[in-house]
Amino acid sequence: MRRILLASTAASVLLLAACGTADTPTTPTASGGAPVAVKLQLQWFYQAQFAGYIAAVDQGFYREQGLDVQLLEGGVDIVPQTVLAQGKADYAVAWVPKALASREQGANITDVGQFFARSGTYQVAWKDSGITKAADFKGKKVGNWGFGNEFELFAGMTKAGLDPGKDVTLVQQQFDMQALLKKEIDVAQAMSYNEYAQLLEATNPATGKLYTPADFTVIDWKTEGTAMLQDAVWANTDKLNDPAYQQQTVKFLLGTLKGWAYCRDNAEACRDLVVAKGSKLGKSHQLWQMNEVNKLVWPAPAGAGTIDEAAWKQTVDLSLTTKNQTGDTVLTKQPEGLAYTNDYLRQAIDQAKAAGIDVNGTSFQPATVTLNAGGS
Amino acid sequence: MRRLLWTLGGLALFALLWEGYKLVGDPDGTVLFGVRLLPRADDLSMPHLVDVLQRLGRPELTGGRPVWTVVLQACLFTLGITVAGFLAGAVVGLLLAVLMQRFRLAERGLLPYVILSQTVPLVALAPLIAGWGGTVWPERMTVAVIAAYLAFFPVAVGMLRGLQSPQAAGVELMRSYAAGWWRTLLKLRLPAALPYLFPALRLAGAAAVVGAVVGEISTGTRGGIGRLIIEYSREATSDPAKVYTAMLGAAVLGLVVAGLVSLLELPLMRHRRRVEVVTM
Repeated sequence: MRRILLASTAASVLLLAACGTADTPTTPTASGGAPVAVKLQLQWFYQAQFAGYIAAVDQGFYREQGLDVQLLEGGVDIVPQTVLAQGKADYAVAWVPKALASREQGANITDVGQFFARSGTYQVAWKDSGITKAADFKGKKVGNWGFGNEFELFAGMTKAGLDPGKDVTLVQQQFDMQALLKKEIDVAQAMSYNEYAQLLEATNPATGKLYTPADFTVIDWKTEGTAMLQDAVWANTDKLNDPAYQQQTVKFLLGTLKGWAYCRDNAEACRDLVVAKGSKLGKSHQLWQMNEVNKLVWPAPAGAGTIDEAAWKQTVDLSLTTKNQTGDTVLTKQPEGLAYTNDYLRQAIDQAKAAGIDVNGTSFQPATVTLNAGGS
Repeated sequence: MRRLLWTLGGLALFALLWEGYKLVGDPDGTVLFGVRLLPRADDLSMPHLVDVLQRLGRPELTGGRPVWTVVLQACLFTLGITVAGFLAGAVVGLLLAVLMQRFRLAERGLLPYVILSQTVPLVALAPLIAGWGGTVWPERMTVAVIAAYLAFFPVAVGMLRGLQSPQAAGVELMRSYAAGWWRTLLKLRLPAALPYLFPALRLAGAAAVVGAVVGEISTGTRGGIGRLIIEYSREATSDPAKVYTAMLGAAVLGLVVAGLVSLLELPLMRHRRRVEVVTM
């Protein structure tokens, strides 16, 4: 029996060697041949926020795992976790609170990789307004995006003893930061990697030069203690019972891990990849974004993508207790079933370590990025 | 020729109003009792038209193509979607109208749903069909479906009205000629419906443009003017003129589609004139 097996293995090796060309991957592919098609639903258009996945596709990190990963861009009405739950994608990138809310409504999904270990949400005010903390929002016009992007802000205000429904005037914010610049609102919601940079790319009409960080005060929910987990890779919970999907998940996470490690060490190359993908945002803006996103991923003491139990608990607790202006919470009860698991990520980390990849980025130092006018 | 002059005059009037308002309007806008009556006139909200036109000539990104080529290309892409959606919508609308005219039961059963279809918000519809693209047809065809979904409605309703417009005397005359339903449709109902069809088609054209642009925004389909508006509006903070270049593109697209639809009328109008000559 063993001899037959050996013989057949030898035969297949010979066969592989026979059709082997220069581009044959060294690691075995899923079925020994064609790569498996995998779809990943992103939250938005291509931008450096997704650089790890883009790099993993471009640098062949997925392909060497036998995966042919197709990235699906998001849109205004595309909800990644819903796309995943409907089976239109194999994995999705989504913020934890929003995905947990979808879970509560029946989406059967599991967080398998928390690549953004930190939140990138800011609330930005003018320096001369004197607003420095959430408690100062009282009586002010507070901009927010709504649609589940506002809960860190609401948690911060609640923690500071404010009733978000009564003590502040809530204003729905647009995609840009014009409302803050025109002083229509006193504090504006901004992602460290996007909208905050937009402010620093705008020209101050008073001086004719760009605004600088000295013009603004940043209220960072990480330091205020109401940060929630953001970009994570979600998988289909039902399919996770299937050994083939389990294996594929490990491979996918390994490729993603390599992608983020690559972007940590090659921020400018990753910026160029994103720009080449047809992003309409300028080069200096994308480099800023790449750098800020790297800060959210690295350093990762437990290995990038590991779900930190304390951070998870804080996210869930805030989701259960924070009320928005209509009195709703993100979640009404503790997440049931398999809401998250580190099982597949640990396997991926072990394999990455074995391959000599630095999965912790302990020595990671963010760069100083100079923004140009308009982000060009 | 005169029409062209009118169009140019309209454009000049618009430019005059825009720049005139910028001249006299309060840069911070007019707010009365907390209600905004007039928009802000500052350069961030309303860039000078000259700036917008100049922005068209400058590169989109450093070292990239000039904005006007990007906008033009996006408009052509969306035009393709619009035309596909318009044609599909018009055909479906026509067939529905004929069906509803032929069978009373169909009219009673279908018409409420036809009307109901337009109350379904696009934002609910778009994600539903967003995943269709890729395997069966290209992604942009999904957007064309949304455009068609908006475009079929005015055609169906307008055409039904038109097909039902011949007076009983006309129908009875056809009957006395022993003309069947098909012949009555071709010789009597369709020609009589033409005056109803044209305004319906114009509405459908406009609806198809809206459907295509909103559909692109909604599903994030890359390549068209709707997507470009969203992309550029993210830069409104630092480059307000850029947003208006994309909006200008969308406006031009609307005009082009309106023009194309009226071109569609030309051969049919000629046909109608011939009918008139014959009947006289």
